[in-house]
Amino acid sequence: MRTLKFLLQKEFRQIFRDPSILRIIFVMPMIQLLILPWAADYEVKDINLSVVDHDHSDYSRQLISKITASGYFRLRDYTASCPSALRDIEKDNADLILEIPASFEKQLVKEDAATLFMAVNAINGTKANLGGAYLKSIIQDYNREVRTEWIQFPRFSPETTIEVTSSNWFNPLMNYKYFMVPGILVILVTMVGSFLAALNIVKEKEVGTIEQINVTPVRKYQFILGKLIPFWVLGLLILSIGLLISRVAYGIVPAGSFLTIYVFASVYLLAVLGLGLLVSTFTSTQQQAMLISFFMIMVFILLGGLYTSIDSMPEWAQAITKVNPVSYFIDVMRMVVLKGSSLTDIKYHLLTVLGFAIFFNGWAVFSYRKRS
Amino acid sequence: MKAVTVNNIKKRYGAKKPFVSALEGVSFEVEKGELFGIIGPDGAGKTSLFRILTTLLLADGGNVMVDGLDVVKNYKDIRERVGYMPGRFSLYQDLTVRENLEFFATIFNTSIEANYDLVKDIYSQIEPFKDRKAGKLSGGMKQKLALSCALIHRPSVLFLDEPTTGVDAVSRKEFWEMLKKLRSQGITILVSTPYMDEAGLCDRVALIQAGKIMSVDTPEGIVSAFGKKLLAVKSDSMLHLLNELKACPDVEDAYPFGEYHHAVMKQGGQKELNNYLLRSGKAFELKEVTPDIEDCFMALMKN
Repeated sequence: MRTLKFLLQKEFRQIFRDPSILRIIFVMPMIQLLILPWAADYEVKDINLSVVDHDHSDYSRQLISKITASGYFRLRDYTASCPSALRDIEKDNADLILEIPASFEKQLVKEDAATLFMAVNAINGTKANLGGAYLKSIIQDYNREVRTEWIQFPRFSPETTIEVTSSNWFNPLMNYKYFMVPGILVILVTMVGSFLAALNIVKEKEVGTIEQINVTPVRKYQFILGKLIPFWVLGLLILSIGLLISRVAYGIVPAGSFLTIYVFASVYLLAVLGLGLLVSTFTSTQQQAMLISFFMIMVFILLGGLYTSIDSMPEWAQAITKVNPVSYFIDVMRMVVLKGSSLTDIKYHLLTVLGFAIFFNGWAVFSYRKRS
Repeated sequence: MKAVTVNNIKKRYGAKKPFVSALEGVSFEVEKGELFGIIGPDGAGKTSLFRILTTLLLADGGNVMVDGLDVVKNYKDIRERVGYMPGRFSLYQDLTVRENLEFFATIFNTSIEANYDLVKDIYSQIEPFKDRKAGKLSGGMKQKLALSCALIHRPSVLFLDEPTTGVDAVSRKEFWEMLKKLRSQGITILVSTPYMDEAGLCDRVALIQAGKIMSVDTPEGIVSAFGKKLLAVKSDSMLHLLNELKACPDVEDAYPFGEYHHAVMKQGGQKELNNYLLRSGKAFELKEVTPDIEDCFMALMKN
């Protein structure tokens, strides 16, 4: 116990003496939490639209003004020639082309049907998808308006229509920051918990200080605990700073209790610290550890459900997210912050992450023993 | 009881066929309170040997006793009572001099005060810089700090792996003075070095080359075992002279040695070589010299 105390004392001394670690701990979360949520915006706005109008009729003008009035589209070009609109797409000036045929109004009036042509620039997948969908729903809306104008619907509609109105639970205004900020916070805690710890252990190997420690009576478990505890504390510290920032900057107050978050975070940090320990046993220089960490953080973020919904991933990818501890914490954070879930609601998550903690730490200690 | 007993130690690196054999059956004994030198060129296996002796590396064969304890079975006890100073500076560079010393004292469950008398001579030299970070010290001062840290728990056996490599001549001399003082305190010291001239400063030395011990004796004993005449020759054209010496049937071995060439004679002596060299008609200087450890090392390497 005495030895552990001195190891911890030494470790904290080194951490708080290293300006780059301090910057990582205090400045990184602030920048990431204050800037990233604004950039990671899901809403697609300012879609550049080129309209090819061969009709120049009342109806076509009405349609165009309806589209531009929606606020999602920016009318880049209004021409009567298809090639010039296509050139806009080639130059990346336009994301969408809407072509209105010459007999649009005539057909609509006479034959009660008209066709429109829509071309989508699919280089930016999200923008193309959402833009197309927005445009479609606006046109449908317009269609309905035209019909009401012509046909006086009876008081009770003869045909059954199902109207859908939606209300957003847990996040009524669909403020994406409410679910992005907790997610980014999870990534931050993960980075400090696992990678900073891994780098720190590997540094002892690289500089050779571990050699000097190994000839002392310091036991292996004491050395490992001396490394894990400081970063466990730092992880919780980052979490607290992050929660404070999301409170102050975004007004995010968890609907659930802080206790739930901290209980889960403590167990979660054990798991990612184990992962960091594992990385450190397989690497011998900080550079190697760094590169492995880069690889892992990419996997964690892209397969963790931070930016893309796990449910819409292909099945094999969903299977991978099952072994990604980050996805559990992101899920829990969103559940607790938005829905107010309690410990009983997240007990499945908690047990799984506990399993990860035992697995990673067990493996790390095992391979540590084998190598020394 | 001997302080260190090494018996037929073997160590190989690499699992596959072209493995590197670092130690091929090394055996020697070190008496208590002895200053024992392990002398050999780079790559001879000195560091591997030290790592095995300090329980950092497992040998593939043979056994080692340090202070009466087996390095494999009783490694925990050995770690309590040996001091190790690796060849590379491996203290915490971001901790101060004082903090490093304190840290190593506390993890051995002791304090600087309790063993201050042992490290006083060394530590007092760096004490003016005790609040400086270890990484900011000069090479010689780092060396002193590392030695202080290795000594702070009053070890019974001290292992120093190439402590004088990369240290200036004055600091080297000082360092050896310190070792002599430590020996007088009853600490057994094993020191490895690639510098042959340091052999004379040890009580006994082991000459090691390519993983094999060539000789273990006192420095005087090794020199007296040389047993052949050694001549030093100098001329204006040294390369030509060396070729000439090597061609001489009476000369067993010839090699450059400082500003002279040394010639080990198979038979005959100064007169015979003088006559042989006169035949070429060039001016030269010839004298008889007493062999030193380096000459012995060269001779042992030939066999």
